[in-house]
Parts: sequence; C-alpha cells; structure tokens
Amino acid sequence: MNARSQVLLWGAQRASGAVLALCVIVHLVTIIYAVRNGLSAGEILGRTRGNVLWAAFYALFVAAVAVHAPIGLRSMLSEMLDWRGRSLEVATLIFGALLALWGWRAVYAVFGV
Amino acid sequence: MKSDFRARNHPAYWAFVVHRVSGLLLTLFLPLHFWALGQALRGEVRLDGFLRWTEQPLVKFVETVLVLLLAAHLAGGVRLLMLEFLAWRGWQKSLLAAAAGVSIAAGLAFLLSLA
Repeated sequence: MNARSQVLLWGAQRASGAVLALCVIVHLVTIIYAVRNGLSAGEILGRTRGNVLWAAFYALFVAAVAVHAPIGLRSMLSEMLDWRGRSLEVATLIFGALLALWGWRAVYAVFGV
Repeated sequence: MKSDFRARNHPAYWAFVVHRVSGLLLTLFLPLHFWALGQALRGEVRLDGFLRWTEQPLVKFVETVLVLLLAAHLAGGVRLLMLEFLAWRGWQKSLLAAAAGVSIAAGLAFLLSLA
C-alpha cells in the first residue's frame, strides 16, 4: 500500500474514532438508563419506532463503526498474521461494507415504523 | 526474552494491549449485536424471546464485560487522540489513570443499573 493510502487510512481511523467517542458516550448513557427497570420489546420499540433523530444518530454511529473497526482489524491482521497485499485490502473493504449493511438493517429494525 | 518483557512491562504497553484486545472483541461482538437487534424485524414476540434469554446470569456477566470493554476502548481511544493531537505529553500517566477510572465507572454504573 502506498504512503498516500496509508495516510488516508490513518486519517479515516482518527476521524471515525472522534465521531465514535461522542457516539459511544451517548450509547453508554442510553444503555445504562434503559436497563434500569429491565428490558422488554414493547418498551424498547415503543420508544424507538418512528424516532427519526435517534435513527439518524444510530445510522451515523454504524457508519463510523463500519469505517473504524475494519481499519483496526486490518492493522491487527497485518501485524500479527503478517497478512499483506491486495487480498487484505479487499477483505477489509468487504468486512466494512457488511458491517454497514448489518448495522443499518439493525437500525431499520429498531427505529423503522 | 526477560529483557523483552521488562521493556514492555509499563503502563503505556498495557494500555496498548487493552486497546487492541478490547477493539478485537468488540469487533467480533458487532455482528452478533446487529443480528440480535434485527430480531425486531420478525416482530415483538421474537425480540422479547431474545431479551428473556439475555436475563441469564452468565449473559448478564458477559454484557457487563462488554460494557467495560466498550468504556475501556473509548477511554483508551480518547487518550490516543489527545496524545496525537494535543501537546500534553507530560500528562500521559494521568491520562492512563483517567482512562482506567472512566472504564471502571462505566462498568459499575451498568452493574448497578442491572441490579
């Protein structure tokens, strides 16, 4: 991988990390608040269904995760298993795309009407 | 080997290990988490069935560990961003302590909410 691409990955990792820092703080506070009285599907979906603002927040959260996690995993695979080259880049890209699709599907499942 | 370990046995190395291991475990957990939330597509009853399954003590323990891992990865990541983008290098050990404190506080808050 050339230096320009490596700088791009480094920047994407940090930028997505900064977005995730805010998202994870909100997510941690939300889950700690939500589990106080136990969880039921009716209670969760009653709060989430049709809530556009929270849906947008979690869609952004998923997008940032889909950038951040594959880049981190790529570094680990490269350093620990000595996996390099085009196959690693393709695998990273596919994993990121799958995470985004699974994540947005989950957002739709919880927030969709 | 011994000198290798001594060279690595310092707080910043352990912070690196925690960040890497928590990142890996959280990445492995993500598909499972998305699958679980996707149960809502099959209706409330299906999601309720899954939520009842999560009430087992072992699952609650794993959930608490996941919250701890998430908080640790968050705190470690914020520490890294601060080290890279702010000129606060003299504060490294204080940042490590703050990162550890934030993680434990989040884990305890989750445990207290579960109880």
